Amino acid sequence: MKKNLIKILAAAGMAVLTMGALAGCGNSTTETTTAGTKAAETTAGTTQTTTAAAAATTAKVTADLKGSISMVGSTSMEKLATALSEVFMEKYPGVTVQAEFVGSGAGIEAVTNGAADIGNASRNLKDEEKSKGIVENIVAIDGIAVVTDPSNKVENLTKDQLIAIYNGTTTSWKDLGGADQPIVVIGRESGSGTRSAFEELLKLEDKCKYSNELDSTGAVMAKVASTPGSIGYVSLDVLDKTVKTLKLENTDPTPENIKAGSYFLSRPFVMATKGDISKQNDNVKALFDYIHSDEGKELVKSVGLIPAN
Amino acid sequence: MQSKSYSIFGGHGSKSGIEHAAEVIFTICGFFAVLAVASISIYMLTSGTPALFKVGILDILFGSVWKPDAAVPSFGILYVILTSIVGTALAILIGVPIGVMTSVFLAEVAPQKLADIVRPAVELLAGIPSVIYGLLGILILNPIMYDLELKIFKGSSTHQFTGGANLISAVLVLALMILPTVINISETALRSVPQHFRSASLALGATKIQTIFHVVIPAAKSGIITAIVLGTGRAIGEAMAISLVSGSSVNIPLPFHSVRFLTTAIVSEMSYASGLHKQVLFTIGLVLFIFIMMINVILNSLLKKGGNKNDK
Repeated sequence: MKKNLIKILAAAGMAVLTMGALAGCGNSTTETTTAGTKAAETTAGTTQTTTAAAAATTAKVTADLKGSISMVGSTSMEKLATALSEVFMEKYPGVTVQAEFVGSGAGIEAVTNGAADIGNASRNLKDEEKSKGIVENIVAIDGIAVVTDPSNKVENLTKDQLIAIYNGTTTSWKDLGGADQPIVVIGRESGSGTRSAFEELLKLEDKCKYSNELDSTGAVMAKVASTPGSIGYVSLDVLDKTVKTLKLENTDPTPENIKAGSYFLSRPFVMATKGDISKQNDNVKALFDYIHSDEGKELVKSVGLIPAN
Repeated sequence: MQSKSYSIFGGHGSKSGIEHAAEVIFTICGFFAVLAVASISIYMLTSGTPALFKVGILDILFGSVWKPDAAVPSFGILYVILTSIVGTALAILIGVPIGVMTSVFLAEVAPQKLADIVRPAVELLAGIPSVIYGLLGILILNPIMYDLELKIFKGSSTHQFTGGANLISAVLVLALMILPTVINISETALRSVPQHFRSASLALGATKIQTIFHVVIPAAKSGIITAIVLGTGRAIGEAMAISLVSGSSVNIPLPFHSVRFLTTAIVSEMSYASGLHKQVLFTIGLVLFIFIMMINVILNSLLKKGGNKNDK
């Protein structure tokens, strides 16, 4: 009897363990969609009173919009584009937003030849692209700060130095003008947007040699703060006094510097259109109006980015 | 005196009804566990197997490169599997002797007063959430390990410094975490050894220590093996604590390497994974599931053998 009981206990314990392991797959979009639903309710309420004709003449956006918006481009912008399209479709039930993630270049090409309304690019547009009448609408900025433990004496890193640290060529702070202590290279897990942005900006895709791959920004901050000689990267909004934020190429990672373009560990998220936004159809205009609204800015912040204006 | 009846024979009318209802309720409760295990097994199999065939069984299980997000992704989890095996084995190697000795102390040697201090401490240890173990590991163990690492690998140009987040830290945390399980169950087993075994041994002239090691522990063997099973199960299934202290990089499980366990592989990447990457994470879950099944089956059969021997 006792053995049987123990067996059952073991089975139950095992079941609990497995369920615990599975519980990791939560839904991260709930928050944004509920906000969107509320907004949709209020707009629906106001449109009841206005007639369809009046709504069309007063270019004010309403929930009457029908049709679809196609968005093609950068995989890095997947989080932003998915969140945006979900909330936008909640707000304007008549509009379907289709987002494809095939790469920045392909996105710009699609908008150039008219295959898509919006081309997503996680970089600035090239001059030749602009010369074809493509307009660069920066909707958000992705900035990454490089941090070390507070006692580190190194103030500034160049781009080459940072690359050398992360690909494992430089292993001691001594080589960078700091104390004689090894560098503990800390990064994020694969799949993280911060990691892919960091590696992409330094052209280090899958060449990084991490000693710690932590699964959240908070974990990186805690580990860097407590480990002498460590270096890590985090998004700008979480910086605090527990870690030392390094200058890169003598530039502080402030939103101002990032917008001015002098801080290299950042990239713009562009939603390119053919011609100015004012020349687009009503659906696309409504989408940009939404991004530029306060609610849209909150959405941009909620996916860890800096609103563009 | 007998104005009220507390007799078990009271309420004849409803007796059979209650008996019947109770039986049904017990049966339902019993099948609830079966249902849970069965549905989990089915779910793990259906969600874990597709990736096995998409990537290739050998490529997943025996590939050593884990780059799920590369342009040409590779999903080798060999090092992850090895880490779980090595880590759990080492934790058992450290935790079980300490645990069994503690239970011997509690059941056989300790004066009542001392046992009254140790036992609640052990019970408290069992109740501490695993994340707390992880935090202690970060705050205490990792800095110590980092000092050790700096001394051992001083001047080494090939070693990658991990800041103390390594296999040893994870193993020590795991060993500590399985202690309460091992201690509680072995102590129960030791206490259930009939007193006349001890008396007989002592009467034959054996010392107390000889009695413990030659009579009591062998007699309680099946219970101690059960303790090891449950300890192994806890160690291999633990995720939270070791995800904080192990560094979570996929490496060969060597003492000062930052390592990733089966559990932490799932936990750390599930949040942003998509497509094939996510399916592979489910496959890792399936591997873990099979591991736990295997451990249970193997040690249960050992248990049966041990039990039969004892009965003779």
